[in-house]
Amino acid sequence: MGWLHLVRRNLGRRKLRTTFTLASIIVAFTLFALLGGLNRAFNAGVELAGADRLITTHKVSFIQLMPVSYTRRAAEVEGVEAVTHYTWFGAYYRDPKQQFGLFPTDLEKLPEIYPEYTVPEARWDALMGNRIGLLVGQAMADYYGWEVGDTLPLFSSIYPQTDGDYDWEFVLEATFTGTGNEADEMQAFAHYEYFNEARAFGTDLVGWLVTKIEDPERAPEVAAAIDARFANSPTETRTSTEAGFAAAFTDQFGNIGLIIQSILACVFFTLLLITGNTMAQSVRERTSEIAVMKTLGFTDRLVLALVLAESLAMALVGGLIGLAIGTLLIDGMAAAMAQFFPGLAPSPAALVTGVGAAILLGIATGALPAWRAARLRVVDAMGRR
Amino acid sequence: MSESSSGPIVDLKQVVKHYRRGRETVEVLHGLDLSIERGEFCALMGPSGSGKTTLLNLIGGLDRPTSGEVHVDGQRIDSLGSRALARWRSDHVGFIFQFYNLMPVLTAQRNVELPLLLKSMSSAERRKRAATALEIVGLADRAKHLPRELSGGQEQRVAIARAIVSDPDLLLADEPTGDLDRATAEEILDLLQTLNRRHGKTILMVTHDPVAADRAGRTVQMDKGSLLEAA
Repeated sequence: MGWLHLVRRNLGRRKLRTTFTLASIIVAFTLFALLGGLNRAFNAGVELAGADRLITTHKVSFIQLMPVSYTRRAAEVEGVEAVTHYTWFGAYYRDPKQQFGLFPTDLEKLPEIYPEYTVPEARWDALMGNRIGLLVGQAMADYYGWEVGDTLPLFSSIYPQTDGDYDWEFVLEATFTGTGNEADEMQAFAHYEYFNEARAFGTDLVGWLVTKIEDPERAPEVAAAIDARFANSPTETRTSTEAGFAAAFTDQFGNIGLIIQSILACVFFTLLLITGNTMAQSVRERTSEIAVMKTLGFTDRLVLALVLAESLAMALVGGLIGLAIGTLLIDGMAAAMAQFFPGLAPSPAALVTGVGAAILLGIATGALPAWRAARLRVVDAMGRR
Repeated sequence: MSESSSGPIVDLKQVVKHYRRGRETVEVLHGLDLSIERGEFCALMGPSGSGKTTLLNLIGGLDRPTSGEVHVDGQRIDSLGSRALARWRSDHVGFIFQFYNLMPVLTAQRNVELPLLLKSMSSAERRKRAATALEIVGLADRAKHLPRELSGGQEQRVAIARAIVSDPDLLLADEPTGDLDRATAEEILDLLQTLNRRHGKTILMVTHDPVAADRAGRTVQMDKGSLLEAA
């Protein structure tokens, strides 16, 4: 028999109670891993955002459109290397509930602004030669099972064609791979000319501009210069860094980080009470046994360490199982929800924090019972029998 | 401070013990002097509240006297710190309780091994020593049983095995037969006598039972915190 055996046997003395407590720890840490992954997905745009790119939107709201001519005019600003524009197409393939990011854009500018995207040269030429050609992220092509050369009937939830139909025809001419995670591969790009000529309204308008700047250090200065160029016009602009834009986009859903932290704080506070109560009960029931151990020569410190080891073992076992289940669930959800949360993936930072939280939980819930057990006087404990 | 081990194994000098009960101070032991020689089997008798268990606790290093000196096995223990006292207990004294006080989640073998966790020895050595102790008390065949699977007498035998597994010179027994029927009590007393006569253990046994006290070579009577006579 070793110390571990003693800890294990003590934890197993009330199997039902230990099982329920362990289950509550597992559920809490599963939730922790899930929310950590979700938080990461919401912030994926921020993480992916390049420091040398600016986003220019309509000053009132980013859903308001602006003239395509702004692209040329923004390119004239000092410090700007290249400019392109994006428009939200509102695309879906078969299920209207599963919209994905398809952006009619000036495809020629794309490699210059997004050098992290890689497209095979031959496919690039084919894409540029076909006005209804579509450039699709590899992850998205894999998700929908599309192959290069496929004709794709896609629908727009916003733009009908001039004949009133909302269905559009594209040919998948090329796929791209990104250097980041799968998040940036869950989107598609189409030729703006085709889109602009065929749509029933909004001609010569675009959603927002993406500007690559020469010096990231001068980003605030260049952003101010772009906005100044369109000041006092019917369509004033607001320019921010790509990261700032992504953060503002995420904030539409509310402060996700704060919401998640609040939920977790409530869960862990409840857990602290449940586990703390279990440990306190467990030690209280063993008062005479602890007194006997001290009689045999167990020191106060040793008794303290043994009780702490029990609470740590329970919190760590429950925590690690919970984090593992949460990670598996996130992995499963990532595949199923790739179009909604392209950045959904287990968060390594959340996992590390989770292990730390489990250790803290173990110490916090075991500290008071352990201290009481260590302070227990043998003569008092034996006299209470 | 370590002293010569040729003298009495227990030597109490002018031991006084006070307890505080609310605002009141109660004197439980009034200047006791007591010596127990090595190899003695001594019974400590007296009415409830006479201070028998308090005296046993002082000799076993579980409590400290208010004044006076407690020397056990050549060491003055009343001045030791709590850590040193805990270590001293694990090396020098074996305790036997009325209600056995075994760990209900551990088998007989592992209950006996428990004090050996405090010693630096391999798990194989621990197992071997525990098996020997169980053999001495006649329970080798019950090693894998949990306490709830044993009778009262068997539980007390396991408790005795636990008390002797570290090979202490002194065994302190607090009413070891108090929870047993007469026949089983006789078996336990036989075992204690064997440990005393064959294995040379010094035994101090608190008891209310004159039959049990008759098995001891010497009986010490206590009343109201004082020793009345030493037979």
